[in-house]
Amino acid sequence: MSEPLVFTFKVDGGDFTSAGQASVQVKKNLNQIGFPPEVIRRVSIAMYEGEINMVIHADGGVATIKVDENCIEIVLADKGPGIADVEKAMQEGFSTAPDEVRGLGFGAGMGLPNMKRYTDEMTVDSTVGVGTTITMKVNY
Amino acid sequence: MTANSLAEKLKLEVVCCPCPEKEVSGVYIGDLLSWVMGRAKEGDAWLTIMSNINIVAVASLADTAAVILTEGVTVDEKITETAAAKGVNIFTSNKPSYETAVEISELI
Repeated sequence: MSEPLVFTFKVDGGDFTSAGQASVQVKKNLNQIGFPPEVIRRVSIAMYEGEINMVIHADGGVATIKVDENCIEIVLADKGPGIADVEKAMQEGFSTAPDEVRGLGFGAGMGLPNMKRYTDEMTVDSTVGVGTTITMKVNY
Repeated sequence: MTANSLAEKLKLEVVCCPCPEKEVSGVYIGDLLSWVMGRAKEGDAWLTIMSNINIVAVASLADTAAVILTEGVTVDEKITETAAAKGVNIFTSNKPSYETAVEISELI
């Protein structure tokens, strides 16, 4: 493989009716390329959680998916409020989502833990007041 | 057992069934979407009372065999259209999730 295949999506903030569209599209694309279902499932679940986080907390952002020779890399970048305590945010059940979001079934504090669980590598680069960039890799 | 024969045997109301041949191999019950994303297995029938549009993306990404809305919960037309387009089967039942799960367990 020479040039890695790259998909970029703009994720709109605060729009829960279309949230997840980018992940569903990535799933479709990876399916067409012919990746095994389990790899696709891991990528799309991790990406969906990140997408929802950007919608809830950061007024949207940009998702970039790079298909490399041995792994699929997902980069989610936003200019949101940042995560003050990443270690705490990684704990299952910890959430700062507002009540109206919880009413939709989100905000269970499982987003970041799910992203970690479904990927082989995950780094969170966040600065309060500046934004957050999450990089995840799924090996195949 | 396939999704459409499950719906038939359990006398579920079919909201939409774009992938009738999907194999149902288990059950997951839950309303918190991230829990479902993280815990439901491919091929599960997902039993929930959550009926907003986001269930379609979750069901699609988690590869569940069908969403079964229990306790008489219904969905609006927009969700039906999106689910049909995304290949997500949706059924409804007037029974509680527990009873529905027990019935499925006897069939699969």
